[in-house]
Amino acid sequence: MSSQGKLLNLTLKIWRQKSRTEKGYIETHEMSGISTEISFLEMLDTLNDQLERAGSAPIVFDHDCREGICGMCSLYINGQPHGPAKATTTCQLHMREFKDGETVFIEPWRSSAFPVVRDLMVDRSSFDRIIQSGGYTSIKTGSAPDAHATPIPKEDADLAMDAATCIGCGACVAACKNASASLFTSAKISQLALLPQGQVERTDRALNMVAQMDEEGFGHCTNESECEAACPKEISVENIARMNREYLRASVVSRK
Amino acid sequence: MELNGNVPEGDLKNLWEKHKFNMKLVNPANRRKFKAIVVGSGLAGSSAAASLAEMGYNVDCFCIQDSPRRAHSIAAQGGINSSKSYPNDGDSVHRLFYDTVKGGDYRAREANVHRLAEVSGNIIDQCVAQGVPFAREYSGYLANRSFGGAQVSRTFYAKGQTGQQLLLGAYSALSRQIKSGQVTMHTRSEMLDLVMVDGKAKGIITRNLLNGAIERHAADVVILCTGGYGNVFYLSTNAMGSNVTAAWRAHKRGAYFANPCYTQIHPTCIPVHGENQSKLTLMSESLRNDGRVWVPRKKEDVAAIRQGTKTAKDIADADRYYYLEERYPAFGNLVPRDVASRGAKLECDNGLGVNDTGEAVFLDFSVAIERDGYEAIKAKYGNLFDMYQCITADSPYDVPMKIYPAIHYTMGGLWVDYNLMSNLDGLFVLGEANFSDHGANRLGASALMQGLSDGYFVAPHTVSNYLASNKQEAVSTDMPEFEAAENEVNETSQRLLDINGKQSVDDFHKRLGKMMWQHCGMARNEAGLGKLITDVADLRKEFWTDVSVVGEKGDLNITLEKAGRVADFLELGELMARDALARKESCGGHFREESQTDDNEAKRDDENFQHVAAWGFKGVDNEPERHTEALDFKHCIPSQRSYK
Repeated sequence: MSSQGKLLNLTLKIWRQKSRTEKGYIETHEMSGISTEISFLEMLDTLNDQLERAGSAPIVFDHDCREGICGMCSLYINGQPHGPAKATTTCQLHMREFKDGETVFIEPWRSSAFPVVRDLMVDRSSFDRIIQSGGYTSIKTGSAPDAHATPIPKEDADLAMDAATCIGCGACVAACKNASASLFTSAKISQLALLPQGQVERTDRALNMVAQMDEEGFGHCTNESECEAACPKEISVENIARMNREYLRASVVSRK
Repeated sequence: MELNGNVPEGDLKNLWEKHKFNMKLVNPANRRKFKAIVVGSGLAGSSAAASLAEMGYNVDCFCIQDSPRRAHSIAAQGGINSSKSYPNDGDSVHRLFYDTVKGGDYRAREANVHRLAEVSGNIIDQCVAQGVPFAREYSGYLANRSFGGAQVSRTFYAKGQTGQQLLLGAYSALSRQIKSGQVTMHTRSEMLDLVMVDGKAKGIITRNLLNGAIERHAADVVILCTGGYGNVFYLSTNAMGSNVTAAWRAHKRGAYFANPCYTQIHPTCIPVHGENQSKLTLMSESLRNDGRVWVPRKKEDVAAIRQGTKTAKDIADADRYYYLEERYPAFGNLVPRDVASRGAKLECDNGLGVNDTGEAVFLDFSVAIERDGYEAIKAKYGNLFDMYQCITADSPYDVPMKIYPAIHYTMGGLWVDYNLMSNLDGLFVLGEANFSDHGANRLGASALMQGLSDGYFVAPHTVSNYLASNKQEAVSTDMPEFEAAENEVNETSQRLLDINGKQSVDDFHKRLGKMMWQHCGMARNEAGLGKLITDVADLRKEFWTDVSVVGEKGDLNITLEKAGRVADFLELGELMARDALARKESCGGHFREESQTDDNEAKRDDENFQHVAAWGFKGVDNEPERHTEALDFKHCIPSQRSYK
């Protein structure tokens, strides 16, 4: 016996694409008896189970922790990154958000900086390269000063924490009509700019991370704030404003 | 065979310092001649890879996810312990050491745990220097809280996302080394075998998960940081991708697997709702500070709640059974994890479970909300309540949460000595993947500490010592050992694809999980474990004749990935049962029903089981060999626990 909730019948329109270079297409699947208690990814698991039993290739999608924190799950659901629920990752989206008889469109992130790997899986390594370009403090292991040696005002620590909460899922890029990575990049620049530990490399960090973002092919920010609206962790566009100030400051003071 | 933990002689307090001094060093100019393979990029893996690279070694780091930042360490919520005693409440290295050994029910090595307590302060320093935004007081100094029933406030935290922030700190250090070229990062790569050359771990075979290509990698040492094996139960709080494959394949190459029966069960998880469920979500244990656990006293109330004709609010206080408060008045709802877990199972087994499946108890905040006010409770637990509501559609402000225990953390793992080296020369194992430090640990905020301690502060020294004291023969991936291992990997994949059976990989995984939960879960007994050993062996035979794996070997194939991991779980499950059967005592995360006190509490048997049990692999269908390492307690004198 189990807690089924209500049972839904759905029509799924899912993007299939064999590889980065092959053309994609929409495939239709009818699903019946989907419990409103299960998550969106569990619904896709169910579909994959049916496909595998029929000897077909399952639909490839990224997922891992299923607790809304690893940032691996993605998907446009009816055109919205991570689907209709506010501040929710796809893995935390539940089927009770959908109506019986609904048609649901499921697509991968669309951005040239996130090339499709297969079906719904995309390559987000451009985000890693942005972090590699300066999203750290260069402290050597084992030689850090005592943690209490540097007091940090609570307000600063809290703001830094709010920025640091970014899970790197890429919904901000997916939601932006320019496919800008400004929210992601600014979150890390903000976190470290707000803390005393981040000051020494502050100038280089802002210049390098913004340059890397451009090099990866992400678009520019035109203050649409769609990123903030789509962000499952509600990262504020205030960070983008801070990044812009950091960049401007760096452009003035940098001697490079 | 008696195993030697290689703990150096001397006074415990100076042991690690003395050992560090006595260990050999590698000249900075020579470090670039050495290469280390680090498998896994969680707290242990990222910190080890970053530290070794920074010292000048060449590092190849591997993870199965698309980015090292996705490792499951990211999901840890509560906090990380450290003996800094900032709140001036009497904490010390010795007290943290003592609490951890006691919390591990005297089944951990004293010397390892003492070192963990010693370096715990450095971990906080390191993370703060990285810009980890730990919670602060208005003074600007770090905030602490008490966690998991500790009597001192030694837990540092970053909201409810401590694991995330610590991992992102280690990931940023790793990213810096990737950029510098000192670390070559291999994402979406799964280790499928360990390569031994002349009795030394010299490389690994991986599968590129994007295109199915089998790759060979050679190095001077191999360091496994691949996490725990809780997904053997199918439903657990682990990430879906967490698996035992890397550790298990190393076990099959000769590495001993220690204490596999020690599994931590977390009492406060969202209950199972149905057959399609893929995972269980943990609600932070901090909830038990204000939540009261109860079930209805009367069966008719239970039935009414299940049918929906009554709600929790309709049950009068006198008809509510606050079983933890009644049974353990001194600890109440704050009894340790396994005691709370067994309590919930007992009431549900008695037919008092409050949901459709009969496997849930109430965690009720109504008294706390009445006492402290809505705003105060919201400030403390708001994000957790939102998370619960997102998953269940119920608001814990209005109705009690429903909770049930779930598998959370595994304390067993590959056996390692004081240097964190396995019994295989050159194979190091860090973090949850090893058995070390925690024993049957039931303490919160300790796992993060061990992962980072191993990676930042222990392995960099002991791995250097290994490289300096042993002549490293040149290895190349052309050697016959690499070819043989690659062939075996290919054969196993082909064998899986050729079965063409009728049942899906998940069918087998779910069946295994249910068996494990039933007989090797919260409580175990001789008859159940005996049956489990046979049942798992039968299921394994069925798997290898009737599993269906679609797709191809040389391609992105998520079904084949899962199949390989489930095949390994099917072997590990049997070993867990054998270990649990052999350990005829109750101890920490292992509750053996035959060994309990008159009050139904866990009863240890120090005379016969004050040891680590490490199993040697003897072939899939053969009985493994049980080795022991005696544990000696000079500073913490074992005592029986009581929560009455």
